[in-house]
Amino acid sequence: MPLIKDGSFVTDPWIRLADEDALPEIGPIIVSLTRWVAARDALLARGWPLGICLASGESVEAITGDLDRFEVVALEFPTFMDGRSYSAARLLRERHGFSGELRAVGNVLRDQFLFLHRCGFDAFEVREGETVSGWLQAVAALTVWYQPTGDARVTVPQLRQLAPIAAE
Amino acid sequence: MYRYDEFDAALVTQRVAQFRDQVDRRMKGTLSEDEFRPLRLMNGLYLQLHAYMLRVAIPYGTLSSVQMRMLAHIARRYDHGYGHFTTRQNIQYNWPKLVEVPDLLDELATVEMHAIQTSGNCIRNVTSDPYAGAVADEVEDPRIWGEIIRQWSTFHPEFSFLPRKFKIAVTGSAEDRAAIRVHDIGLRIHRNEAGEVGFEVMVGGGQGRTPMIAKTIRAFLPKAHLLSYLEAILRVYNLMGRRDNKYKARIKILVHEMGAEAFADQVEAEWAEIKDGPVDLPASEVARIENYFAPPALDTASNGSADYALKLKSDAAFAAWVGSNVLGHVQPGYAIANISLKPVGGVPGDATAEQMDVVADLAARYSHDEIRVTYEQNLVLPHVRREDLYAVWQALGEAKLDTANIGLLGDMIVCPGLDYCSLANARSIPVSQQISERFSDPERQRKIGKLDIKISGCINACGHHHVGHIGILGVDKRGKEHYQITLGGKANQDAAVGAIVGPAFAETDIADAVETVVDTYLDLRADGEEFIETLGRVGIAPFKETLYATH
Repeated sequence: MPLIKDGSFVTDPWIRLADEDALPEIGPIIVSLTRWVAARDALLARGWPLGICLASGESVEAITGDLDRFEVVALEFPTFMDGRSYSAARLLRERHGFSGELRAVGNVLRDQFLFLHRCGFDAFEVREGETVSGWLQAVAALTVWYQPTGDARVTVPQLRQLAPIAAE
Repeated sequence: MYRYDEFDAALVTQRVAQFRDQVDRRMKGTLSEDEFRPLRLMNGLYLQLHAYMLRVAIPYGTLSSVQMRMLAHIARRYDHGYGHFTTRQNIQYNWPKLVEVPDLLDELATVEMHAIQTSGNCIRNVTSDPYAGAVADEVEDPRIWGEIIRQWSTFHPEFSFLPRKFKIAVTGSAEDRAAIRVHDIGLRIHRNEAGEVGFEVMVGGGQGRTPMIAKTIRAFLPKAHLLSYLEAILRVYNLMGRRDNKYKARIKILVHEMGAEAFADQVEAEWAEIKDGPVDLPASEVARIENYFAPPALDTASNGSADYALKLKSDAAFAAWVGSNVLGHVQPGYAIANISLKPVGGVPGDATAEQMDVVADLAARYSHDEIRVTYEQNLVLPHVRREDLYAVWQALGEAKLDTANIGLLGDMIVCPGLDYCSLANARSIPVSQQISERFSDPERQRKIGKLDIKISGCINACGHHHVGHIGILGVDKRGKEHYQITLGGKANQDAAVGAIVGPAFAETDIADAVETVVDTYLDLRADGEEFIETLGRVGIAPFKETLYATH
């Protein structure tokens, strides 16, 4: 899966480990919540960077005590219509202060990039054929936002505070 | 009325460009129909039985005359010369071409209008009391908060892929004219014992196949915290609402399955985390929006003229129209004039481009440039001097907009049904036409008095049949259209779901059945009793008896 991070294609250094896969000797891996719960000590003992992938609907509360152990949290979209991971992303970034890579995986399409970005995702596993220019265009399609999230975008209420416009 | 500033305007323009690109990619085939579907739906574009249907947002049902003229223009230029006002206070066009929709949206944007979030599993266009700012029993104009909610919910990045659609309604009066108790969230502005103004927050109402009345999860929420509280409700719903079954995905099912108290606890816990965060607006921004809804400069010296009283005495048709369609205004000397879109034999909620232009002209001349759309699918001129009512009525008459039946039997809520809708099981419009023709005598309707008939062409209940005094539901019975009658539903502050009275009626028998119900009521009613009061007193048994004795 091509990976776009911070607006350009990057080589993905991470191995997504299926639950039945043996632990590799070396290299950074991303594991499921199930595996993390079952093999926590072994995973930590490897000494390689660790990431975790939460399926849609798995509560972020399950990992908030261990957030500093993960360099990547991947949140899954089984279909792009399943929006639970948007809330999960905001909770991780804004409530639990996660500052590592937040990766959108699964059915991640161009027309969702902007909302994902606003909710704190900085890495996107995209479909074959997706382009950086498509990504850049999508995340800049709207520049006016009414509601604050944890991203750096300035909101309309903030702009109005700076330059109040009198009502007619 | 609210007016867009540079930010509001920029967003709507950007949205059109974004949608134009999506349509373009669809036409080129780089976007599959499955991927395009939710995108076009989030912009109010449905694929119906015969064509695309575009739903245009009318936030909290308020329009200016310039906006109404644009709606007329759209009807002429992109449609077959008419539009359909809906129970969501919106307007729908039944015949736009997909490739022309971006241009249509560009034109709408020039008058501060759009189709954003009029469909899809997102927070839909917010609805409100159509008499907001014009009635005496109002604590505060609910449109202020309607506009604040409109802005907050527009492209909310976290809540654009909810389990299912989400509807919020706001009212500022004790009398509920916005059916807030059958919305996902109903907000009622009121004053608490300490004299502070805030919201009663109700959650989990809805119609569809599982009708439910909303539960109050918070009796009083200070105004300043509205957005953080809504964000807490939506987050709990987004994370916990069911996604395994489309028919169990609305928040009403979550509230029902968890129990209102447990749901409220979840919301309160979430809210405690965010209530002092950045989502609530600064007071200055609330005040800025509030300013737009300041009452219009009404003529306080106007107390209705002697001429008006004379006309009421001398012109019985005018008096009848005033009797049913005109209501008192908070400012003495003024009135609220309802325009019925329910002529005998017509299509409820439809208006031609010419009629829209007439209403726009009347609003500009007589109603401080304001028009409202009601969820009952009528229009309102909210601020008319009593002495102008006669001229307004005459002009309406020339446009065939003077039907005097607001609140009466002929004022039916009717979904588009199988004539247009791809979800319907049965036609609704012809049934309403049969009934309106059966009761075409206006004098007879006045004698019957207040009566809400609501007709849906399928179980999704867009025609609000569950909350009609008489509800009619179209069902498919072995390939034939049949109609089930419910009695006793109410959409107001005493909201209730009607009870099914018995087996469904064939299309040829439904007008007879309605007549039987009405006659039974007339036989049983005590002096001054409305239909719903008689029904409340005697129950449905006598109606059952007369309905099925003859069949």
